[in-house]
Amino acid sequence: MTAEVLTPVTDLVTTPTRRRGLRGVGVIGYISAGVIAFALVLAIVGPFIRPYDPNLINFSYANVGPIAGHPLGFDGQGRDLLSRLMVGARTCVLGAMFVALLSIFIGTSLAVITAWFGGKTDTSISGVLDVVFAFPGILLAIVAAAVFGPSLLSAGLALAIAYSPYIARVLRGAAIKERAQAYIAAMEVQGFGVWRLCARHLVPNISSLIVAQGTILFGYAMVDLAAISFLGLGVQSPTADWGVMISEGKIGLLQGYPLESFSAVLCIVIVVSAVSFLGERLSERSKQGRS
Amino acid sequence: MLQFVLRRLAMLVATLVAASFVIYGALYLAPGSPIATLTGGRTPPPEVLLALETRYHLNEPFLVRYWLWLKAAVSGDLGESIPLHEPVATLIGERVGVTASLVLLTSLIILFVGIGLGIIGGLRRGGVDNAVLLSSTISAALPSFAAAVVLQFVVGVKLGWLPVLGTGTGFSDSVKHLILPAIALASTSVALVTRVTRSAVMEEMGKEHVQTALSRGLPYPGLIRRHVLRNAAIPITTVAGLTIASLIALAAIVETAFGLNGLGAYLVQAAMNKDFAVVQGISLVLVAAFVITNVVIDILYAVLDPRVQLGSRAQ
Amino acid sequence: MTSLLQVRDLTVQLKIGADLREVLTTVNLEIAAGEAMGLVGESGSGKSMTAKAIARLLPDGATVSGSITFDGVDVLALSGADLRAHRAQVAVVFQDPRAHINPVRRIDDFMGESLRILSDVSKEEASRRAADALEEVGIDNPAKRLRQYPHELSGGMLQRVMIATALLSEPRLLLADECTTALDVTTQAEVMAIMDELRRDRGLSMLFITHDLELAGAVCDRTCVMYAGQVVETRAASVLHGDPLHPYSAALVDARPDINSTADRLLAIPGRPLSAFEAPSGCRFAPRCGYSTDDCTSHEQEWLELAGGQVRCGRAAELRGTLRGGAHV
Repeated sequence: MTAEVLTPVTDLVTTPTRRRGLRGVGVIGYISAGVIAFALVLAIVGPFIRPYDPNLINFSYANVGPIAGHPLGFDGQGRDLLSRLMVGARTCVLGAMFVALLSIFIGTSLAVITAWFGGKTDTSISGVLDVVFAFPGILLAIVAAAVFGPSLLSAGLALAIAYSPYIARVLRGAAIKERAQAYIAAMEVQGFGVWRLCARHLVPNISSLIVAQGTILFGYAMVDLAAISFLGLGVQSPTADWGVMISEGKIGLLQGYPLESFSAVLCIVIVVSAVSFLGERLSERSKQGRS
Repeated sequence: MLQFVLRRLAMLVATLVAASFVIYGALYLAPGSPIATLTGGRTPPPEVLLALETRYHLNEPFLVRYWLWLKAAVSGDLGESIPLHEPVATLIGERVGVTASLVLLTSLIILFVGIGLGIIGGLRRGGVDNAVLLSSTISAALPSFAAAVVLQFVVGVKLGWLPVLGTGTGFSDSVKHLILPAIALASTSVALVTRVTRSAVMEEMGKEHVQTALSRGLPYPGLIRRHVLRNAAIPITTVAGLTIASLIALAAIVETAFGLNGLGAYLVQAAMNKDFAVVQGISLVLVAAFVITNVVIDILYAVLDPRVQLGSRAQ
Repeated sequence: MTSLLQVRDLTVQLKIGADLREVLTTVNLEIAAGEAMGLVGESGSGKSMTAKAIARLLPDGATVSGSITFDGVDVLALSGADLRAHRAQVAVVFQDPRAHINPVRRIDDFMGESLRILSDVSKEEASRRAADALEEVGIDNPAKRLRQYPHELSGGMLQRVMIATALLSEPRLLLADECTTALDVTTQAEVMAIMDELRRDRGLSMLFITHDLELAGAVCDRTCVMYAGQVVETRAASVLHGDPLHPYSAALVDARPDINSTADRLLAIPGRPLSAFEAPSGCRFAPRCGYSTDDCTSHEQEWLELAGGQVRCGRAAELRGTLRGGAHV
């Protein structure tokens, strides 16, 4: 029909390849990953390597600044600040990790189930999710604290439940696309079981999206968990926790001693920034991978 | 359109009923008996016990109690705070104004600053854009409770410009007491709205239909308004709306941090004191506000984008 | 005939990432008032860039040298209100109407926009003229169409809307950029016929961009053939097909199946089309040309007058008449 027939197709766009690990996240991405890794290590070993007992009260040192042997000084009750920060990483970082993993597990399961079975299953699960959507995470956590008493566990479970519908909704689309692939149909015809197909093929093929969403969620979970502890409905005093420290440090802060609150704020801000930056880069990468 | 709105409203009612069931059911399951709270742990004489049980419908089956509660709630009666002996509706009424003003003021900051900076960043390249990006990155990293303590120390304690605690009396004093909380509450959200606005404006600027408008010799300001901003308004409205909806729950954190006597801070107090009627009442109000805001966003989205098929759900 | 548009030695470089890439090299082009000029070439040969340069729609960071004169005015020097006035006189019909019409505004709003804003025509009057224009391009029930949104119209109908809109503002030059390529064959012919008729009625000049040599021949007075960012031949459209001067033009002609004779196989041009920035020195077509000599690859080819047209090939006079059915490598 046209002269176009003589034009050989020159494909200038390179075919996207699925990228794993940290490739393509850039320098700041690597730094972020380093910060996260450091926070995780601290969360695990912090309580064993802290220089002093984080709960040892000595009122004569209340709000005293850095002195020899105590590089960050003391909190409002004369406890060693550095030790408290090191121990506080545990609840903050591991707690958020737990929330992110649990909601990824629930969300992915729901997404795969709705995508696989469709129809009535999809409609009824989506209906339930719509109701859960009506509860912002913080509100659900407050209600959970009222019901089960304030604790890290009740706050974490509430957040995980509140986040799950978001994960489910994001992954559902990707799972439906993957479900529609010809190879899945072919393997179904050959008699492969649902469980095997989902676990070995469907989920691994949307894994880059799952990892990206999980990382972003980890950041949200850290902020929300710290907020709930700040409200007094999560981790309970005297346990050292960054959120609790911000809240307890407020008394000193209003009298002109901001170190306790600010050091905990700084810890949260650094880790959360690293997590959200890495999450964004991973999710950009997973989008590029599927376009 | 009308059909679309009606369907969304029907879904809204269904969601609210289901949510109210969850709220009521969760607190029903909570360990501990309200009688113990009432009597301070002592065992009351049988006739007092009976009177209390009858008064608070404690001996009815669960579904009956839920039905009585829901029926009363619809007519504005949210029950009575057992420890305070006051109607929950009254307790809520005294505090809803503070929360509503806080959310309103924060929304205004988010809309003006967030969308304004986003548009500037999206239209200008180079230095201005980088400044916008940098400031939004910093504020995005600051959760509201962290922003609260930083503002309290810097603006309140060091500079002494604004009050850091309490609700204030009279109009101008109350507004003064709301400024720092509103800024703290806006910090993360404003950054999100700025970023989405910036990228939406940049994306629209690159669209072919903008080139068409340019090729017709239309003046620049009108072209930006009629083709770039009008189209970018679709994603911006959705994100700004969802962000504002999320403030309804996040207000609890800032209210607690600044000692504001609002619904959220009171909800936290009630949760600690196991004042279940108040927790139920405030949760119901907050969930309703959240869900209604979401429906408004859905409808706005459909109004702004003619391509939305009104039968389907706006994503 | 005085020319309405004159393009002289137009060279354009685009900023791609950190480096500049040449997309047009010394392009020469002239369109008289009322004349239709075809601009033919493969993808990436620089046809669209030429049109964009004329309408001053090149992307940011493009460097331009040479000159573009429209009705005696130096187009490249324009800015502000003068530039907008120039753009209003040059109407562009783009290839993909679906992307080039704002999806959230009604057809009425799209069509009447420049009338209302630039010519101070009232809203009612603009709608009336838009309805008339729609009728002219063969759209039934214009009142209904005006109330609709772009996504409610078919591609063919949208392209007619685009053409009607272009004509509404009474431009002096129409730039039609592959404006029928995205349509299916029957719609293509219809849209083409309507556009050609309306253009002739109005005595409008047109630059018709296409990769279809025969279509250009059917609609245009003269045809310009582009290769790798250069114009290699300009001839009267009626003779180009039978008597091409440049080996590349001849190859384009040969690459099309002829309805009247059954060819054993189509003669494809070996190799792939090049963009200006990757073209070799000397004659840019030489690597794919069956007639190239050492002289072709070592010397830049001159823009020569020959047989009532212009050609950029040193061997054109010598090869004339022998090129069809030709000897490619």
